[in-house]
Amino acid sequence: MPTSLNINGQTHMVDVPDGTPLLWVIRDELELTGTKFGCGVSACGACTVHVDGEPVRSCQTYVEDVEGTEITTIEGVASEVASAVKQAWNELNIVQCGYCQSGQIMSAIGLLSENRTPTVDEIENYMWGNACRCATYQRIRAAVQRASEILEA
Amino acid sequence: MTTQITRRSFLKSVSALSGTALVVGFDAGNALAGAGNDAEFTPFVRITDEGRVTALIKHFECGQGTATGLATLIAEELNLPLDQVEIEFAPADAARYGNILFGGIQGTGGSTAMASSYMQYRQAGAAAREMLVAAAAETWGVPADSVALADGRLTAGGNAAPIGDFVASASARDVPATPRLKDPSEFSVIGNPDTRRRDNGPKTDGSAVYAMDLHLENQIVAVILRSPRFGGTLTSFDDSAAVDVPGFIRAVALPTGAGVLVYGVNTWAALQARDATVAEWDFSQADNRGSDQIKADLLAAVNSDAEFYAKGSAAETAELLDGAAQVIERDFFFPYLAHATMEPLTCTIAPTETGVMLYDGCQMPTGAQMALAAVLQIPQENVEVTTLYAGGTFGRRSTQTADYHVEAALAFALNGGQQPVKLVWSREDDIRGGYYRPAVAHKVRVGLDEGGRIVGWDHRVTGKPIFKGGPWDAFIVQNGVDSSSVEGVHDTPYDIPGQHVGLTDDRSPITVNWWRSVGHSHTAYVMETMMDMAAAAAGRDPVEYRTEYLNGGTADQGRMAGVLRLVAERSGWNGPMAEGRSRGVAVHKSFGTFVAEVVEISGDAEDGIVIEKVTCAVDCGVAVNPDVIAAQMESGIGYGIGHVMRNEITFTDGEVDQFNFPDYEPLRISDIRAIETHVVHSTEPPTGVGEPGTPPSGPALANAIAVAGPRVTHLPMTANGVRFF
Repeated sequence: MPTSLNINGQTHMVDVPDGTPLLWVIRDELELTGTKFGCGVSACGACTVHVDGEPVRSCQTYVEDVEGTEITTIEGVASEVASAVKQAWNELNIVQCGYCQSGQIMSAIGLLSENRTPTVDEIENYMWGNACRCATYQRIRAAVQRASEILEA
Repeated sequence: MTTQITRRSFLKSVSALSGTALVVGFDAGNALAGAGNDAEFTPFVRITDEGRVTALIKHFECGQGTATGLATLIAEELNLPLDQVEIEFAPADAARYGNILFGGIQGTGGSTAMASSYMQYRQAGAAAREMLVAAAAETWGVPADSVALADGRLTAGGNAAPIGDFVASASARDVPATPRLKDPSEFSVIGNPDTRRRDNGPKTDGSAVYAMDLHLENQIVAVILRSPRFGGTLTSFDDSAAVDVPGFIRAVALPTGAGVLVYGVNTWAALQARDATVAEWDFSQADNRGSDQIKADLLAAVNSDAEFYAKGSAAETAELLDGAAQVIERDFFFPYLAHATMEPLTCTIAPTETGVMLYDGCQMPTGAQMALAAVLQIPQENVEVTTLYAGGTFGRRSTQTADYHVEAALAFALNGGQQPVKLVWSREDDIRGGYYRPAVAHKVRVGLDEGGRIVGWDHRVTGKPIFKGGPWDAFIVQNGVDSSSVEGVHDTPYDIPGQHVGLTDDRSPITVNWWRSVGHSHTAYVMETMMDMAAAAAGRDPVEYRTEYLNGGTADQGRMAGVLRLVAERSGWNGPMAEGRSRGVAVHKSFGTFVAEVVEISGDAEDGIVIEKVTCAVDCGVAVNPDVIAAQMESGIGYGIGHVMRNEITFTDGEVDQFNFPDYEPLRISDIRAIETHVVHSTEPPTGVGEPGTPPSGPALANAIAVAGPRVTHLPMTANGVRFF
């Protein structure tokens, strides 16, 4: 039975079996490939999207559970916080291979949306589940702080 | 249905591909012949008549910053701001885009991208500049030296025009063979610390396309059920449960016996169908050992006579050690390690009119072309390559067997060759799929005289050689020694008297490959641990002690001592430290680059250690993009420390124990509190930075722990008595 999904403000009808991870609907059916496949077990955060504004791991979120929610991917995320985060990411040259960065950015937006002035500990706790094999972590830490500064300015 | 496997003759040629035979036949000699410039302005820079400048990037971009680096060289010589140079990955064309340090084969690795391209791209940019200037001078009837080029405009006296106006006339001119390069004193883009990476935009808005992101019309997805033990061969499989998976297409045995290809209409269908497929294997030729046995076998080998001699004589060194006032000795063990690139391996092959197109984060285009040509029985020139962004490599995206390219070619061929097929590896495939950093053991005995000075150094290594029997064997293997197993030991810049280096090959069927910094990933740990132990035994400061072995006056020693001095100064090595802290130092040369690091820790091994700060000093010649260099040091340090802390691939009855990130736990944001990098100002030719940050990081941490805690020589640390917060 087709499922109706609201992604980035648009309604998509998808016909996939129940139990299909949201990740694969987004990537393979809708071809929104900014959301990445990294581990499939919720251990790396590369697949992070927002469901009703909250970051979730789309690889462990089943399509039938998000009908009726507002889903946002890296392609559609737009807010004051999102702009500040992207500006900070550019200023501090965060990206290397870049494959994890959609997820990092979606998590950072989630953090700053609920806490505009996080401490280093709060940043580390919130971002802990987003792995970066290039180890861009110290720049990520600095960029979240920089984004906070931009938002508070 | 259950399928019994018999080797099929129609793919006999393919079976030969399961080993290294595939890429033997690399003809390095002719690859540079015929380098031309018929289509683009030069092979490395294209300028449109609208004045848009594009740097054609002959290396892949796996995060190391090469695309930005090569664009920087073009921007510099064309007097353009970096953000006005577009980047585009070059096609597979070894004649134009071969790596001069790989004998002309097109590929990236060994931290060679900048070292091999620095003059090529500067000359290309300078040639384009001279051609534009000459064209403008001719049109305006003024001397060429009166024409200036800056910010995309040509000017001379009252004449001014955008460069696009002269592209047609300039490109009709001969390309100058020796264009005047800018003097380093004129540089404004090269060496500028305040530049932005050219890939920031697409990598922060989700638009960067990686091979995993490719969707071609009519494309299907293939995954492979592989032998759970290295050296196992498929005997039968049963896909009857897979038939019930929506989107399952079919399952086919690989003719190499290496596994079962499972096709699905999309990734999820293929993965689910594979989970539902059951295979039986013949393990008679497999490595069926467990990790304890593997480790014991390697340690036994280094406690015996070596098979090959890399340097010196065991007998002469033994005599020196007999006469020493004291001998310090240690054995070391390094586990197998997976690369675990953030983007799991994947590529897509699609039919073209004359052959195929490979879509790949392609590290070694020439190798991939040869692999596809051999499997598909088509001329190599009919294999085209579209290089996409690579989600990391650390060495994994190039193997001497072109392993995943061969798999993809088989998946394409066995589906009939008329439809695009995307091969996808899951994270479990990646962790369990081999091509690891080999497990390695060392045994070192160092003799000191009464003053604590080194008088002899006996060093034995064992591990599976990476290059032996492969296409580069003739370049790398001498007198039986695969130099990648001992690099950093037998060729250390330290003046070590009486050094003997012996090597014994491990012959397990477990597949191995280069892994960020290759042999240096273990040799630096051993060298710098032993130097630290020697300094301690001598009652000397570790920095001072090392410096005394770098006084021979060679250029390498000068540069190595230089980074050591700089890191000591910037880390406050001789200054006070907060209560409960310790510092450790290490320095190493790899890939022509010198890196020294000081790790400062708090806590202790029993209750938990915090890595407070890593200070790094690097000398990589001319610093093309200082911020990219700093980023690569941060990355190499994180990669090195993360693995040394807690990563290992272990085996039970020949099967890998780990599956995914939860049991191959990556470095996390809280593991290292700060990293600070200092780049030495240098006018030497630029060398690489992708790998050299890794080797000193592990031993610098180990040396910090040893100040007040255990001397850890078997890795990973967490499996050998060290806790981290």
